[in-house]
Parts: sequence; C-alpha cells; structure tokens
Amino acid sequence: MTQTRSMLLNVGPSHPAMHGVIRLIMELDGEKIKAVDVEIGYLHRAFEKMCETVMYTQCFPYTDRLNYVSPLINNVGFALTVEKLLGIDIPERAKYIRVIMSEISRVTDHLTCVGASAMELGAMSVFLYMIKAREFLWELVEEITGARLTISYVRIGGVKADLTKDFADKAFQKIADVRKVLIEADELLTRNRIFFDRMKDIGKISAEDAIAYGITGPFLRSTGVAYDVRKSNPYLVYDKLDFEVPVGSKGDNLDRYFVRMAEMEQSLRIIEQCFQQIPDGAVAADLTGCVIPAAQMVDSAKMGNTEELIEDEVTLDPTLQGSTRKYHDAINANKKDVVLPAKENTYGNIEGLMNHFKLVMYGHGIHPPAGEVYLPVEGANGELGFYIVSDGRDQPWRVRVHPPCFPIMAALPKCLIGDMMADLVPTFGSVNMIAGELDR
Amino acid sequence: MTPLQRIQERFTAEIIETHAFRGDETAIIRPAALRSVAQFLKETPELDFNFLMDLTAVDYLFYAGGRVQKEFRFETVYHFFSLKFNHRIRIKVPVDEKDPEVDTLSDLWPSANWYEREVWDMYGIKFKGHPNLKRILMYEEFQGHALRKDYPVNKRQPLIGPQN
Amino acid sequence: MSFMSSPTNFFTSKLNDALGWARKFSIFQYPFVTACCGMEYMAANCAHYDQDRFGAGFPRFSPRQSDVLFVVGTISHKMAPILKTVHDQMCEPKWVVAFGVCTCTGGFYDNYSTVMGIDTIIPVDIYIPGCPPRPENVIDGLLKLQDKIQKGEQSRTLYDPRTKIGRPAELQAGYTIEGHIKHIESVS
Repeated sequence: MTQTRSMLLNVGPSHPAMHGVIRLIMELDGEKIKAVDVEIGYLHRAFEKMCETVMYTQCFPYTDRLNYVSPLINNVGFALTVEKLLGIDIPERAKYIRVIMSEISRVTDHLTCVGASAMELGAMSVFLYMIKAREFLWELVEEITGARLTISYVRIGGVKADLTKDFADKAFQKIADVRKVLIEADELLTRNRIFFDRMKDIGKISAEDAIAYGITGPFLRSTGVAYDVRKSNPYLVYDKLDFEVPVGSKGDNLDRYFVRMAEMEQSLRIIEQCFQQIPDGAVAADLTGCVIPAAQMVDSAKMGNTEELIEDEVTLDPTLQGSTRKYHDAINANKKDVVLPAKENTYGNIEGLMNHFKLVMYGHGIHPPAGEVYLPVEGANGELGFYIVSDGRDQPWRVRVHPPCFPIMAALPKCLIGDMMADLVPTFGSVNMIAGELDR
Repeated sequence: MTPLQRIQERFTAEIIETHAFRGDETAIIRPAALRSVAQFLKETPELDFNFLMDLTAVDYLFYAGGRVQKEFRFETVYHFFSLKFNHRIRIKVPVDEKDPEVDTLSDLWPSANWYEREVWDMYGIKFKGHPNLKRILMYEEFQGHALRKDYPVNKRQPLIGPQN
Repeated sequence: MSFMSSPTNFFTSKLNDALGWARKFSIFQYPFVTACCGMEYMAANCAHYDQDRFGAGFPRFSPRQSDVLFVVGTISHKMAPILKTVHDQMCEPKWVVAFGVCTCTGGFYDNYSTVMGIDTIIPVDIYIPGCPPRPENVIDGLLKLQDKIQKGEQSRTLYDPRTKIGRPAELQAGYTIEGHIKHIESVS
C-alpha cells in the first residue's frame, strides 16, 4: 500500500522575489498548499529602540528606512504625530508641499509593487517600464530634497526646503510621462491572457476576514470595504482635494492590481490639484540689502559687524537651498522652540545662533509635553500609525509604528491555503510586503 | 455618548484613570477587566469596534528621570477602531514587573495573535491563553527582551561571527 | 616542458588574461537583497543606468550558478547564518560585493540586531558605501570589481573588530570630501 505524506518546502529568507527577506514554511500535497507558516524578523533593525536613544529630529532618517519605497509618507506621519503631541499647526504651503511629496511617494510604491509582481510572472518589459517611470518621479524628488530614496525631507514644524521655481512645470511634464507609462503597462497586462489567468480568483480573502485580521489599505479596499484614512480622518489638506477611493469586489490578486493602478491615477490627480491650490511661497523681497555668500556673512558677523546684515540675503550651499529667510516663514511653523531659524539669522545675529544651538545640542532640543498620541496616516500599504509617548525630555520615550503589512502577513496563510505552489508568486507580489516596515 | 463615556458608565469600578490628551480618548483599566471590556467594545451595537488596530506595550522604568513614579512598570496599550462609526479609543492595562501576564485577545480579534507575540518578544509580557507564544522578530536563541529599558542598545548576541 | 608549466611564462599568463577578460564581462550575480539598497540595485539594473552593458545584467538566483555575491542591504544577526550558508554554497572563483553602508560597516544601526559589517563573517572584495549608493557609485564599484576579476585577485581575509585589521584604509579612517576630491584630481 502506498502511503501519502505531505511535503515540507522552505521558501527561504533569501528568495528571488526581490521583496525582501521572509521565510515561508509550506506544507504541500503535490502542488496544492495545505498549510503555511510565516516567519519574519530577518530585517529587524531596532527602529523603536534607536528612536529612544536620539532626539526627535534625529528620528527622521530612521523613519525613511521603514517603508523605503515611499519614504516621504513615513516622514510625514512621524512629523504629524510629533506636531499633534506639541499641539502646533503648520502653514498652508507646507501642508500642500507635504501632500505633493506624499502622493509622489505613493505612486513610486505602487509602481514598484506592480512592476515587481509583473516581472515575477514573466512580464519583464512592464518592470522595466515602471522602473523608468519611477526614475522620472525620483528625479522630481531629487530636485526638491536632494536625494532619491532616503530623503529626510520633512521637519517638525514644516519641511526642510521650499519648492524650486520651475518645479510645477517639471512636475506636470513628468506626470504626463508617467501617465504614458501607465497606459502602456495597462495595455500590456490588463487583457493579457496569461496575467489574467494567473491573477484571477487567486489569493482570495473575504471582507470579514480582512477586518478581523486588522488589514487596511489596498488589500482591504480590494475586498469591497472603502476605508481610506485620507477620507475618514483627513489630515493635512486632503479634505480640500477631490479624489476617489477605488474599491474592488472579490479580494483576489486581480482586484488588488486594479486598485493599485487606479490609485496611481488618483494620486497624480491629487498632485495636479495641489499645484493649482498651493498658496504662494517666497515672501516679497522687502530686503533692501545685497546678496552675499554665507562664508562672508559668518565672517563679518563674527567680527561684530551685524547692523547691515539684518537686511542682506545669503547664498547657500546647494544642499541648504530653499531654507533662506525668503522661504522660511511659508514652510515652517512660527515657533522658535521647534523650528530651526532661517539661515540669515543663524549666520548673521547672535539670537538666531543661540536659537539654532538650543535646538540642536544634546540635552536641549524640542521638549514636547509629557503624554501620548496616536496618529494614523494613509501609507501605501494601509494605515500607518505612529504612537509616541513623551516624558517631557528631548528624546522620545517610546515610538511605536503600526506597520500596515504586519497584519497582512499574519493573514497570508488564509489567502494561500487551497491554491497551488505557483500561485504563491502572484499572491506574495500583490501583498507588497516591505521588510523594512514589517520588521522595523 | 462617546465610547469613553459609555465605558465609564458601564465599568466604573474597573477604571483607574481616563484622559483625552490631544483628543485621543484613553482609559486605563484593571487587568482583570480586560476581557470583559474588550467584549463590551466589540459586541455593543453602538460601539462596534471591529478593528483591533494596534497592540503594544510601554516600559516605564526611570520615566522622566525617576521624578514620576508609576505604580506598575509595564503597560499594554490597545488601539481600537470602529469602521462603521469612525471612532477610536485607547485602552491601557498596567502590568506588574514581577509576574507580567495579561489575558489574550486573540480569540476575539485574530489580529492580536502576532501583536502579542511581538510584545512577548520585545517586553517579556506573557499572554494567558495565546495559542503560539514564541518569538517573532528575534531568533529563538536570543536571551532577554530587547525593548526593555534595562536592555542596552548595543548588547549583541551574535549567532556566528565575532562576539563583541 | 618547462616553458609550458611555469606560472610566469607567456602562454599561461595570456591564458589567465583571457580567462579574466571572459569572467569579468559575464558576471552572474546573486543579489542577496534585504533592504532599501535593493531599490537602488533595481534602478542600477534597469533602463536608466543599465548594468547589462557591462555584462552584469542577469541575476542568477541560485548560489551554485553565480560567481558574484551582491549583499544588498542590512544584514541582521538572524540573517547572518543564512548569508554564510549561501556564500559557502557558491563555487570558486567567487567574489563578494558589499553594497550599501549597512553591509560595509553597519551604517547608523549600531544596535543589538545588526551585523556591523559583513566582512566580519565573509571576505569582501568591493565595498560600495552610500545609504543607498547612487547608481553611478554602483557602476563605479562594478568597474573596480571587473578590474579585480581581470587580475584574478580575491579577498580571503575577514575583519577582526578587536584588532581592527582587515578593512581597507579609507573605510577605517573615515571619509572626507576634500580627500575624495584630491584623489579624483590625482587620478585624472
């Protein structure tokens, strides 16, 4: 008599799906999946512990690397939570800039997700086209923040630097290019027999199961539940913008693909509306002085010749451009104990210098009141929540990130059981697991 | 009536403290009442908290440099969200240092399963009745609980390679 | 015959050159991708900053079939034994590229769960610092790797954090922009 046993297969931590590091131990009956055990933690970098050892502003580089395909959304979430803790409000222009950068990040995240999952099904061209579109958007991000991926652009009380003069034209140009790429990808994938057959009715999850597991974001919206933090708890200026929330119906991989493609289009719409609604930036130049380089301003201030400097404008290093006095008040809250002063004040007079020191030196810095807050923002994968406990010092007491893909990975066995081994690839691709966020 | 008021009305004896700092409604309750409060939150039709959004813990050792003395060292923090009514509430449960143990919520909300494993891994708080309480972010050979305030940030326990 | 077998003679050195030339223009990489650097790795591989024109465009996702191990992204202590296993499974000749500062020295994750530099576990040939490195940096590292492959050199030493021996001097001493500009000027 033959005896049947199921096979234990290890889809190990280093696997070619290029999504990161995760281990799936699968029990297979031939090709059918009977049970799955998910093991995470291979990229645990102790984000929460590191944040307890540094000051609030120094946490921003750590937050960049949480969901590293949409780093600006993490930055914005952390900054909004600390601002809620402090109880301060930021100027309108800074809010619009944050929304523009968040939506650009959301588009890059969805491009990476759809591109990578298409590549794994064999559509290599779609991956190349989407990475090309992602490069267009990264050029936009680099124009403003200085870096492509890990930008640390947002500050508590505002943003680091203002938009450049011709940014709006460049952005409209690149958005048109990205739209062309999305149309091409749509033509290549949506009615493609192979793609359709591999994604339809695979990786299904019902709405009740998704809610019970605490899943949010495109995963939940593909099951039919229209929950988006931008609509239900509007933050920044999302209540003034007009956009739709795409919702699927069946909760399978194909619906998630459609939801993501539609969300990209909605994000591009949001960016265009922001450029029409954004208030003006640079303050009209009532500075009667001349424009001098920063080193010269510092030298003359050190020697005590500060009377003329109060009207002068300074030219800065390219990495600091956009943070002069002209732009400072439009993009930063008017709070001296939270926001770094404009560079003319730092270099040119002693009050600005002391202000700068008090915010930057260890032991000083931002002192929020003792208490705790939780603020959710809409990350690319779902509700990204920051829970910060403060004890009144300059370092946070506890920073907790609610990672949107954590509950999705917990529910992954439910999606996979009953499907075949080869269906693991499209399902896992549509989950969009980002290990930096999952393991923190 | 807000969710916090409903809980205050129903569980007056078990609530230690409530506040609404910056608009976040919070209730600190006794550990023994956790399951009844959770079931009340889930099953009352006017509350309908169907999302357990987040479950974590905080360690209050040397809080504010020792100036503020908290009675218990740990607190587990639960964030609930209701999809229908769009309201949120935070429940905190103080946990003793000598025998850190709390009831599990993984049979009411399956999302609690992995969150409780993470709290066990990082803080060492056990959950009574949890089906599979083992480490999730660190490896099994790791000794100690990493996010506790008395665990130094640099203390490494490498599996291979040089020990520092 | 002596002139056929001595290592410095004409035929074998030409043969080594030819082998080096062939190996450096057909690099089969194993991209051990863990974290954010993976995004820049993908960008360096794709259309804008094509790696395929250097012969290094096709990743082989099996250690038996690859000859360069690109370690891309932070390695935690939970992942370290797996990295060592994958490296041991690769056949000779093999090279290792440490991509990103987390693999070079650990980056700013000086905590209980990060390996401070993979050269403490496996011998590293090329260090590409950056967080994440720009694709131009990646291609620079790739060209340096090709030089190394042409010469047939491989790194065999691990880094010992106690004695601080085993890492290149630039990585140990710290990096200044003036020093880098002087180096470029002296080379060009």
